[in-house]
Amino acid sequence: MIRFEGVERHFGAVAALAGLDLEIGKGELIALLGPSGCGKTTALRILGGFDRPDAGSVYVNDIDITDVPPNKRDMGMVFQAYSLFPNMDVRTNVAFGLRMRRRDKGSRRRRADELLELVGLTETADRYPYQLSGGQQQRVAIARALAIEPTVLLLDEPLSALDAQVRVQLRGEIRRIQQRLGITTLFVTHDQSEALSIADRVGVMRSGSLEQLDTPENVYRRPATAFVAAFVGAMNRLPGRIGDQGEVQVLGQRLRVLNPDGQKSGSEVDALLRPEAVEVVSDPAGPGEVTDRIFLGSVVRLEVRLDTGQKVLVESPSHDGGIALGDRIRMRILADSVTVAEPAPSATPVEPPTPATL
Amino acid sequence: MSVTPGLGGLGASEWIAQEVGGAPEPVRRRRRGRPRLWRVTIFALAAIFFIGPLLAAFKYSLLERSGSYGFANYGQIISNPAVRTSLLKSLEIAGAASIIVIVLMLPTVVWVRLRQPKLTPTLELVTLLPIVIPPVVMAAGLEELQLNAPQWMVSLVFNHPLTALTPFYVVLAMPFCYRAIDTGVRAIDLHTLVDASRNLGASWFRTLLHVVLPNVQTAVLGAMFLTVALCLGEVVIASLMLYNTFPVELVALNLNSQLGVSVAMSMITLAFTFLLLFTLSFLAQRRHGRTTARAL
Repeated sequence: MIRFEGVERHFGAVAALAGLDLEIGKGELIALLGPSGCGKTTALRILGGFDRPDAGSVYVNDIDITDVPPNKRDMGMVFQAYSLFPNMDVRTNVAFGLRMRRRDKGSRRRRADELLELVGLTETADRYPYQLSGGQQQRVAIARALAIEPTVLLLDEPLSALDAQVRVQLRGEIRRIQQRLGITTLFVTHDQSEALSIADRVGVMRSGSLEQLDTPENVYRRPATAFVAAFVGAMNRLPGRIGDQGEVQVLGQRLRVLNPDGQKSGSEVDALLRPEAVEVVSDPAGPGEVTDRIFLGSVVRLEVRLDTGQKVLVESPSHDGGIALGDRIRMRILADSVTVAEPAPSATPVEPPTPATL
Repeated sequence: MSVTPGLGGLGASEWIAQEVGGAPEPVRRRRRGRPRLWRVTIFALAAIFFIGPLLAAFKYSLLERSGSYGFANYGQIISNPAVRTSLLKSLEIAGAASIIVIVLMLPTVVWVRLRQPKLTPTLELVTLLPIVIPPVVMAAGLEELQLNAPQWMVSLVFNHPLTALTPFYVVLAMPFCYRAIDTGVRAIDLHTLVDASRNLGASWFRTLLHVVLPNVQTAVLGAMFLTVALCLGEVVIASLMLYNTFPVELVALNLNSQLGVSVAMSMITLAFTFLLLFTLSFLAQRRHGRTTARAL
C-alpha cells in the first residue's frame, strides 16, 4: 500500500536517508526503530509531506505522492507533544480536520464526540488543551488524527513525552484502536520495547537505511546484523570459534549458528547472546565472579567477570535469588542457537578468546 | 504593576533561597521590610515624575479664558470642524496602517521562522532601518518624489493623505511590529502547530488564519496598537508633506496660541493611547493565565 523507493534526503553533507526502500501493507503497523539521527523521523516526515526527498519516490496505492502537499495527503499525524491548538477546546481540536474539509457543524460535532469516546475522553470535550494531562493531550491528538478518516496514520514518537506508566498504557490503546480500525500505520520511536510490543513488523534503521525489517520476535531473536543485535535489547558478545559442522563453540557449549553463510570452520567469531539466554549457578570453583548486581523487580541483572577478563551480562528471574555480589559462579547458555558476528575488539575490553579452557 | 504585599515583599534572592533550601522563617521576616520600602519609594518617585506633568497639563486644559475651570476647551475640539476632520483622517490612516502592517508582517515572520531561519538577522536589521534613518530624511526624499511625480501618481497617491501617508506609517511601524510579532511567534510551538494544521488539511492561508493568528493574538494586537499610537503622534512627515492630520492640527493650534485647546487634544490622545495599552495588557494577562497553566 505504501512504498518508499530509493528515497534519499541529505542535510548538508549528512545523509538522513540513504536510499530507503520500504513497503507497508494495508492495515499493517510498522515501527521504525533506531538511534537519533538514523533517519526514521525524516522518513515519516517525507511520508507526511512535510519534507521532500532529494531522490526517489513515495507511493500510496501505486500513486506517486512525492509532490503532493501535506494538506492534500489525507494522512493523520500524531506529534511528539504540544500539537493541540491552544486556542480551541478539545472538541474543536478534534473537529478541525473536518472543518477544513468543509463538513457541516452537526456532523463535525458528532464525529468528534464519536472519536473522543473511542479514546475515552468524552467528558473533556469542552476543556482546553492546557487543562489536560500529557497523556490526555496525546489521546486527543490521536482522536484528531483519526477524525479525518485518514488512509494512513503517522505516529512521531507520540509517547516519548509521557511518564512510564501512561506510556505503556497508551501504547496498548494505540494498538487496540489501530487493529480495530485496521488503519495502516507508521510508528517512529527510539524505544525498543515500544516498537517490539506494538508493531506487526519492526524496521531497525541505521544511518539512513534499513538494517532489518521483520517481526518483533525475529528482530529480537534473529537479529540480521550485529547492529540490530546490539540496538534491540542488551547483547553479550562472547568469543567463540566455528566448529567443523558449522556450529559455534562458546563457553564450552556447542550452539547452532543462525547466520551460517560465509562462516568458515575454525574462524574466530563473536556469539551474540541475550542476557536472559545465560544462566548462572553458584559454584565456589566456577570460572567467574559477580561484579555487579542490580535488582530490577522481576529480574536481577548481574554483571559477571570471567577469569579470562570477559564481562557477561546476565538477567535471571529474581525469584531464583541466592546469588550475591562477589559470589563465584559458573555459566550455562540456555539458547540452542545464536547469531554470530565478526569479532569486535572495540565493544568490550576482551582478552584473546580462549573458549577451550572453559 | 501593582505592589501586592505578598509578592512585592519577596526579593528575587529570597525566592531562590526558598526554592533551594527553604530559608528559615526568621531570615525571611528580617528581610521582608526593606525591599518593600525601596519599591514603594521608587514607585512613588516615578509616579510623581510621570503623573505630575500630566496632572498639570490636565489642569491647564480645564482652564478657560475667563480664568475659571470647565470643559470649554474640550467642547471646542468637538465643535471645531478642522479638528474633527483631522482626527477622522488620522484614525483612518491609523486603521489602514495597522491592518496593512500585520498583513505584511505576520506571514513574513512565520515564513522566515519556518523556512528561512537564516534570514532572521537580516530581517532584524532591515526592520531597524526606519529607526536609523531620521523621518526628516524620509520626508525630504518623499518631497522630491512628490515634486517629480507623474500626474497619475499624484492623483492616485498624493491627493489624499490616506494613500500618501499610510505606506510611510507602515514603514515607520515596522520596527515595533516586527519585534512584537516575532516575540509572539517565538512563544508558541510554531513548527508543530503549523505541521499539525497542514496535516489536517488546512491550506497555508487557513493555517495562518485559524491556527497562527489566534495564538499570537496578543502580540498582533500589541503591534496594531503601537501602530495606531504612532499614527496619532507623527508630525514630521505629515506636516512637511502638507497634510493636516490630527497631530499637525495639534501643533497648528499651539501656534495659534489656542494653547488650552491644544493641551486638551493632547490629553485626549494620551487617554486614547492609555486605553489601548490597558486593553492590551488586560488581554495579555488573560492569555498569560492560559499559557502558564498549559505549561504546567
